[in-house]
Amino acid sequence: MNLEKVIFGFFIVLAATLNFGFFVGDIDNPVHHDVYELFAAIVVNLIATVLKFGDRTHIGAIHLSTSLVADLQLIAAALVWSYGTQVVGAGLTPETTAKVVSLSGGALFANVVSMVILIAETIMQKR
Amino acid sequence: MNPDVQESTFFLALRRMRAPLITLILIYAVSVLGLTLIPGIDAEGQPTRMSFFHAFYFISYTATTIGFGEIPNAFSESQRLWIILCIYLSVIGWAYSIGALLALLQDRNFQNAVRVQRFNRVVRRLREPFYLVCGYGETGQLICRALDQLGMRAVVVEVDEARVSQLDLHGHSADIPALAADARQPEILKLAGLTHRCCLGVIALTNDDNANLAIAIATRLLAPELPALCRAETAETATNMASFGTRHIINPFDKFGRYLALALNAPAAYHLLEWLTGVPGTPVVPHRDPPRGHWLLCGYGRFGKAMVSALEQEGVPVTIIDHDPPPDDAQRHWVRGDGTGVPALLEAGVRNAVGIAACTCEDMSNLSIVVTARELNPELFVVLRQNLQANQALFDAFESDFTVVPSKIIARECLAILTTPLLAPFLWQIKQRGESWASTLLDQLTERFGWQAPTVWSVRVDAGQSPALLNWLTQSHREAALGDLLRDPHDRSRELACRVLYLKREDGSAAMLPHRHTAIQAGDQLLFVGRAVACGALELTLNNENALDYVLRGREIPGGWVWERLARLHGGPAQSSGGTKTNRAIARSP
Repeated sequence: MNLEKVIFGFFIVLAATLNFGFFVGDIDNPVHHDVYELFAAIVVNLIATVLKFGDRTHIGAIHLSTSLVADLQLIAAALVWSYGTQVVGAGLTPETTAKVVSLSGGALFANVVSMVILIAETIMQKR
Repeated sequence: MNPDVQESTFFLALRRMRAPLITLILIYAVSVLGLTLIPGIDAEGQPTRMSFFHAFYFISYTATTIGFGEIPNAFSESQRLWIILCIYLSVIGWAYSIGALLALLQDRNFQNAVRVQRFNRVVRRLREPFYLVCGYGETGQLICRALDQLGMRAVVVEVDEARVSQLDLHGHSADIPALAADARQPEILKLAGLTHRCCLGVIALTNDDNANLAIAIATRLLAPELPALCRAETAETATNMASFGTRHIINPFDKFGRYLALALNAPAAYHLLEWLTGVPGTPVVPHRDPPRGHWLLCGYGRFGKAMVSALEQEGVPVTIIDHDPPPDDAQRHWVRGDGTGVPALLEAGVRNAVGIAACTCEDMSNLSIVVTARELNPELFVVLRQNLQANQALFDAFESDFTVVPSKIIARECLAILTTPLLAPFLWQIKQRGESWASTLLDQLTERFGWQAPTVWSVRVDAGQSPALLNWLTQSHREAALGDLLRDPHDRSRELACRVLYLKREDGSAAMLPHRHTAIQAGDQLLFVGRAVACGALELTLNNENALDYVLRGREIPGGWVWERLARLHGGPAQSSGGTKTNRAIARSP
């Protein structure tokens, strides 16, 4: 067992699960989507991205790119959330919620791709 | 260093930034999360919690030590307690990250990786023809300086970093990309542009014969059409190089041996050769001719062997002084001993000798030998081998007849091959024509151009080098006499300070010193000797149709469509354009 692999897999899966946790629920119902979960998803996604730095294989490159996509989507979601609640000041309206959740849905897709790559890589291992 | 390793160094560097970056992310996350969870008080004194937006804003300016104060409301005591912790955490986090980044930038491998990348980028972006020079020692420096003066680009690969950093100090007019790496590795040669489409040739000048051999092999296999100029100091390497078709193998000792043989045999031809192949602009001092008679030679190494064979070929008897003479060589006269000592010199017959050659690989021994020998016999003709440029002052102080500097010989030979391929057949002709012919030509040339080494260049009548002349000959079907071509394009009554030495026709026929009425044909190759100014002026004539017309016919053709029409209407010489300059030129022309 390789500790590095454990940490790597842990963060990738955690990024996907947190993202999924935030995503599930009615798309425009603010009660179903907790902002703390979004925060946690962003942080874990960023850590997962940094963990993928410096892998020069082809699979490593795809890993990094999917992670960057997820980061971009989640940060966009956070920006939309900040704009809706702080700048406009109307609180979490159904429209804002729908926008934030759909952006995080995009990130979820990228995270699922990341997971699939991880699983494929694991299956390809001979030992 | 292998480029593969270079790349992985780069990734390793990125990997090393992982820990600091994750630390920073975690510190920010913990700080922001804490700040949103800890209860605060709003403007009305009601308990409230900070939003993520404000928390991230606050942590961002606090962690970067900007510190705008407590925004949006004054903090509660529990928030302040948490902030104290955050401030220290973030300072530690940033200190760690920046420290790691600086350490990375200082890292030798990382710097090397960056340097290789930059070098590779510069080489890839080169859009001018260039030569790949391997080895920036004394010879490499001479070659690079000369190439720079000739307006040609070079790319340098040198194993010694100190020499590469010297390159910046040498003040070339064009930038010379240089890499401190081992040129024996084919990957390095590729990085340096061996397979680049603008690469004109490879010059292998390292002081290691094996490295030169490796470069020659790599060139032959990776870029078979490129000419490779390789230095070879042993006969074995030279044969090895020749076996797989290296086009130019330069053995400085062998080369000098042949020079000496020529100087013994035909002094004027030798002087002419030296004058023609000198570094342009440097004075060529005619020295006394080597006498025939009994010669002494100290040090039977690579150079010694070449000298002995050259002297014996000319039928000059040689006595060799060496530490360990071969036991079974009865043909030659050997003296065992040290050439720096009087007894050995006396035993070898220094008092009756006419010349001495100090050929050891130690500069101090060589100087010591010739100083001692001159004291014993002041009339001696001295051939002195200089190994290091650093000892130049000492060798200048001692007035030898020949100072053999291998680096200079190689540089001269390389330049002659690169810049003027026609020079070799001409020099061969010099040796064939005999002494009196060479002597007459040398007198003519030095009377006209002085004893400064002239500029020697060659021109081919084709679309690349002389489009205007080619157009004149093929499109207009007119004649161009050599003498007219060599008039000054600014004032055709004057002749350019140059002379054609050799003319090679496309059908393979050739003419030495062609007459001024010789008609030039398309595809001709001409070898010129003269001043650098004349080279520039001739280039103008060959490239510019107006200048060519003026030079050949004494009139200026009008530029532009309207003037051309007007001129055609008038018929005859176009005096309508050009104004006073044309008139003046016509008035002056004979």
